[in-house]
Amino acid sequence: MVVDVRDVHYAIDKRPILSGIDLRVRRGLITAIMGPSGTGKTTLLKLITAQVTADRGQVVVLGRDVAQLKGSEIYALRKRMGMLFQNGALLTDMDVFENVAFPVREHTDLPDPLIRKLVFIKLQAVGLRGAAGLMPGELSGGMARRVALARAIVMDPEILIYDEPFVGLDPISLGVIMRLIKQMNEALGITSIVVSHDVQELSTIAHNSYLLSSGRVAAAGSPQELRKSDSEAVRQFITGSPDGPVPFHYPAPDYNTQLLTADEP
Amino acid sequence: MSNGKYNGYLREGVRRMGAVAIFFFRILIQCVPATGRPRLIVYQIFNAGARSLIIIMLAGLFVGMVLGLQGFELLQRFGSEETLGTAAALGLLRELGPVITALLFAGRAGTALTSEIGLMRATDQLTAMEIMAVDPLRYVAAPRFLGGVIAMPLLAAIFNIIGLFGAQLVGVQMMGIDRGSFWSQMQDSVEFRDVTEGVVKSLVFGVACSLIAVHEGYHSEPTAAGVGLATTRTVVASSVLTLLLDYVLTAVFIRG
Ligand SMILES: Nc1ncnc2c1ncn2[C@@H]1O[C@H](COP(=O)(O)OP(=O)(O)OP(=O)(O)O)[C@@H](O)[C@H]1O
Ligand SMILES: [Mg+2]
Repeated sequence: MVVDVRDVHYAIDKRPILSGIDLRVRRGLITAIMGPSGTGKTTLLKLITAQVTADRGQVVVLGRDVAQLKGSEIYALRKRMGMLFQNGALLTDMDVFENVAFPVREHTDLPDPLIRKLVFIKLQAVGLRGAAGLMPGELSGGMARRVALARAIVMDPEILIYDEPFVGLDPISLGVIMRLIKQMNEALGITSIVVSHDVQELSTIAHNSYLLSSGRVAAAGSPQELRKSDSEAVRQFITGSPDGPVPFHYPAPDYNTQLLTADEP
Repeated sequence: MSNGKYNGYLREGVRRMGAVAIFFFRILIQCVPATGRPRLIVYQIFNAGARSLIIIMLAGLFVGMVLGLQGFELLQRFGSEETLGTAAALGLLRELGPVITALLFAGRAGTALTSEIGLMRATDQLTAMEIMAVDPLRYVAAPRFLGGVIAMPLLAAIFNIIGLFGAQLVGVQMMGIDRGSFWSQMQDSVEFRDVTEGVVKSLVFGVACSLIAVHEGYHSEPTAAGVGLATTRTVVASSVLTLLLDYVLTAVFIRG
């Protein structure tokens, strides 16, 4: 078990975001976390990467209870993880090469020729060795995400976390990213956690998936199991219907009343 | 009437000052390991310095020329226009150099620092560093803070030199004071402690302005509006604090 989340509760300003999440990520597998917008998927990733701590419950990553860790221990744990941000989050004041080299320079004393080799190998893996000299501002969204992926794997992490890796990509880039996620997992044995709305895409690569809804796990299992599930929430999410147990609307006062009273100040 | 509201402002003010003080200590701790990367600091000195250089030089020239005109007019009333060199040098060294440099620094380099760090926050770059186990306080905040602190006295020195040149331009070239007495009077009566006062002031202003700029950027709301607001706060807070500290330091130096 690489990540073990037990009965985790988390609230922002007294508004509960996660209420009793249980989730397990097994070594060497691709685990998908799906769910509608605003259910707390990114928040869950923040808990796993120890950016925030749970109000209740336990988050165990690589055998360590993250709530018990000191600052330096959190950094030591994070060196074993990589994370891909939605917009890439590349450092804007250095070029592609230096972005990928950044973690290596910070954490090792490797000689320069070795660093160059390492960086070119990782850039080749994402197909962007030729873009090494470009600045982040000169990249398209899909390219930036691939550079960010190269940066995330340059230190050979045990866990790789992807937050919405498919959003806003054209079919080709999407296919490339999907293939890369699969490759990282199969060739390097990296345990992967993929957060996305994209049920179709995920079901072809994930070994295991969790469907979150309103801060809880609505369903879990392999993509095939989810597809066959007779839970209404799952059906609604997979068929993309606005009506069902998962509310499409953010909580609001009664629609008719609000429209009728709209001309009152 | 609204005693409660007043108390609220007071408490908020104290809370903010406490937060800045804690941030100050956290940066100071990171400054030690940050010196292990001298290239980053040198780059930030250059960055802060180069950004403000032109405006500092222009301002220095005009302030010096005004000082020359006003000083000449005033000293002429007492028949001692040849002491213009001393008057200009003291005014620049002890007061105008450090203060105006700090105000211009806050408006030029300070705002640039705040918006740069704020944008790094808004685009997840700081979070990405955290996840890569690199402390952004050490990598982003400390070098920029140190760069600002070191750049400030250098900029003030440039301001002073150009200002003196401006005063000399007006006094000697336009008003006809003897060039020799302009410089020799100055050399005779400017003491070492006048220089010290100027350097100490610009170091203190450098700490204050850089700290505020880095703090506001680091803690700005991660939105476009949030970064804009933080930038404005940098200018306002740096200017007010500079003038306040200037009074305190002047009092200390005159009594000490
Ligand atoms: N800093 C914050 N302050 C207040 N509320 C927040 C904050 N961050 C997140 N939230 C709230 O927490 C909830 C969950 O947010 P989160 O970003 O985890 O959702 P998500 O599942 O990742 O959504 P998406 O698929 O759109 O990325 C949202 O309703 C959001 O309004
Ligand atoms: Mg999200």
